[in-house]
Amino acid sequence: MLAFILRRLLQSLVVMLIVGFLSFIVFRYVGDPLTALTNQDTRLSDRDVLTEQLGLNAPVPVQFAQFVGRALQGDFGTSFRLQEPVTRLILERLPATLELALTSVIIALSLGVVLGVLAALYRKSWWTSVIMALSLIGVSLPTFLIGIGLISLFAVELGWLPSFGRGETVLIGGWRTGLLTPSGLRSLILPALTLSLFQLTLIMRLVRAEMLEVLRQDYIRFARARGLSARAINFGHALKNTLVPVITIAGLQLGSIIAFAIVTETVFQWPGVGSLFINSVQVVDVPVMAAYLVFIAFIFVAINLVVDILYFIVDPRLRIAQRPAGA
Amino acid sequence: MTGTLTKLTAALLATTLLIGAAQAETLRWARSSDALTLDPHAQNDGVTSTLLNQVYETLIWRDAAGALQPRLATEWAVKEGNPNVWVFKIREGVKFSDGADLTAEDVAFSIDRARSETSPLRQLHADVVSVAAVDDHTVEVTLKGPSLIYPNNVTGTYIIDKGWAETNHTAEVADPTVNGDSYAVRHTNGTGPYVIKSREEGVRTVLEPTANHWSGVKPQVTEIVFTPIADAATRVAALLSKEVDFVQDVPVQDIERLAASDGIKIETGPENRSIFFGYRLDEAPLKSSNITDKNPLSDLRVREAFDLAINRDAIKQIVLRGNAIPTGIIVPPFVHGWTPELDTYSKQDVAKAKALLAEAGYPDGFTITLDTPNNRYVNDEGIAQAVVGFLGQIGVKVTLVARPFTQHTPLLVEQATDFFLFGWGVPTFDSAYNFNDLIHTRDGSYGNYNATGYSNAEVDAKIESLGSEVDPAKRDATIADLWKLVKDQHLYLPVHNQVVAWAVRDGINIEIQPDNSPKFGTVTFD
Repeated sequence: MLAFILRRLLQSLVVMLIVGFLSFIVFRYVGDPLTALTNQDTRLSDRDVLTEQLGLNAPVPVQFAQFVGRALQGDFGTSFRLQEPVTRLILERLPATLELALTSVIIALSLGVVLGVLAALYRKSWWTSVIMALSLIGVSLPTFLIGIGLISLFAVELGWLPSFGRGETVLIGGWRTGLLTPSGLRSLILPALTLSLFQLTLIMRLVRAEMLEVLRQDYIRFARARGLSARAINFGHALKNTLVPVITIAGLQLGSIIAFAIVTETVFQWPGVGSLFINSVQVVDVPVMAAYLVFIAFIFVAINLVVDILYFIVDPRLRIAQRPAGA
Repeated sequence: MTGTLTKLTAALLATTLLIGAAQAETLRWARSSDALTLDPHAQNDGVTSTLLNQVYETLIWRDAAGALQPRLATEWAVKEGNPNVWVFKIREGVKFSDGADLTAEDVAFSIDRARSETSPLRQLHADVVSVAAVDDHTVEVTLKGPSLIYPNNVTGTYIIDKGWAETNHTAEVADPTVNGDSYAVRHTNGTGPYVIKSREEGVRTVLEPTANHWSGVKPQVTEIVFTPIADAATRVAALLSKEVDFVQDVPVQDIERLAASDGIKIETGPENRSIFFGYRLDEAPLKSSNITDKNPLSDLRVREAFDLAINRDAIKQIVLRGNAIPTGIIVPPFVHGWTPELDTYSKQDVAKAKALLAEAGYPDGFTITLDTPNNRYVNDEGIAQAVVGFLGQIGVKVTLVARPFTQHTPLLVEQATDFFLFGWGVPTFDSAYNFNDLIHTRDGSYGNYNATGYSNAEVDAKIESLGSEVDPAKRDATIADLWKLVKDQHLYLPVHNQVVAWAVRDGINIEIQPDNSPKFGTVTFD
């Protein structure tokens, strides 16, 4: 078990190094990092001095090695654009992104499972067809369009919900939360819905398909024959067995929700790490971009690691395979 | 008894109403990006400067027409007997928000800080040799040579308190290339009409009036809530849903719709920024052309043909939906040296343009690549696309390459472009600023954005003389000469001056500024 985790950790480290290196190669083509530090009045000689000081003349592998060296000491450098430590910038904005992502996952999971079960149980009713048709929209429409549509309906036309920002926030031990104020909660609704819509429809369709599969199994028929209540059969036996793949997918989707929050955060001016990343890309703020990508890689790697360990615990076959033959 | 009660109720009601009338007037302000820092000498950036302009003050500032007006300096003049020295008289009775008095020491300290190695403002003070506080309220700035325009260069330099900066170890502007964090990046102590009550970077900045501003004027706006909203559609939605009162950076395509909306008005005014095309006009063949033995654009007739081929009115009406001021020169009207004659532009004349091309030896035109930014100026890529069409009409086949501004600038810096779109603002409001960087041969601190390859020793000498000429009449004559040459020789292809558009809720009176920087101290409510 320990050896398994250690091996996975080592693999994770390699993945993060590769992500970091690839992003450093890509940075070359994003544009001129000096844009954030210079302006119309900057002399050419000063540009050269800056390029030299920032080490931008060095070959990519050297720049990358320097970055890794500093990152290992927990130092991700100073933002070109904001002239503040990158670690602080990201940590300050992390609560906003995490609150948005977790709320979205909760919405997606709860609504997705309930709707999926209902759609499987009442698959011939007219509203199931309506929901299934609508779910196609959720899967196929791009996030930014859904966001703008929700803003124009609920903020501009109806005036019920705020169109941007996080509302009032409270600072609790370094964590700035919007979950404790009415305006913070109101502000969360539209972005969380927008971000969850894709996952919601995905989970719903998955649960429905799995449910339909399970409901055909013999043990459900036997359960019916034994005279168990419909509720006990549907939720106690059928749903339980559909949830295994759902949990796997949900775990993996959490990572992509955090990573793809970029679009939602931009549309709703949500002050999280995603909008920080977009603003940094626009002016080629290399230290922030590098730190963000490594951070996202870390999240994916960490979630995958947890999922792998969960498999190990849940699935007995994996454990048996680990044992030496004949033991 | 009932009578007394009624009277009492009436009196109470009246008081409530009175209090209501004098109550806080909040102005919720949104624009596309946030200030980058609160350190007034750490960035040379318009958005940063606009926010800090409410909190910090400069020696001199400009009114809506672009004329210099006293602010922290009450008067300024060249020192008698020494034309190299400018003397600024500093206003008395001014206090920083922490209560400290403003003295000449603070002014000298601030200018020195702004011209230090790590400050991006230092180019504006490049000719300064030394700054000295000669008494409590007089500052003398010694320059390398005589300069008539130095006061134009201090309109962006905010004054901070020396004692405050030293106490908080922020006397120097943080060097962005070394790791470090500076107190002034997140804290302020200015003399301006507002102080920062709270700030969450990239989220919300709340300002409130300072208790005792030297002007004695109580601003009507008693609270400013500044929110950056990057997405244009969301920004407009926030105004329509009444979540903000004042929006800067209104997208051109939304101006008409907003103007037609109830309760919203649009203020437009000319911005201090010209949009134009530049092209390589030296003898070396163009890199992107099918004419490989010479450069067609080194021929004046070809440049004239380009000028006659484009229809500036159509660009204004169609690409910018009426929000541009077509021009025949690469300098906006506020700038010293601009004249209405220079501003007149050629009407499109395709036949004449074709004839000129044929006369120059290109009856079938030629090919060329046009580089344009696509996220910097108002509809920049659209303007370039229109020009591709216009030049196509006279047989010049243009390949368009659009890039983000961060990839476009290096092309100019490295002179790696044959034909490019560019915009130029003039913070000093003086023509010398244009000549220095766009016309002068690239050499040392001159000609930094001259990607055209234009080089003329005689012109260079004239440009350099502007820096030290002490006779205003003579200097103006040189400026007029230079502009005439730029226009007659078609060194650039001017398109238009940009227009600033602000959207505000009805009942709020705000005067539009050519530098796109609102003065909230003067905003009134109906």
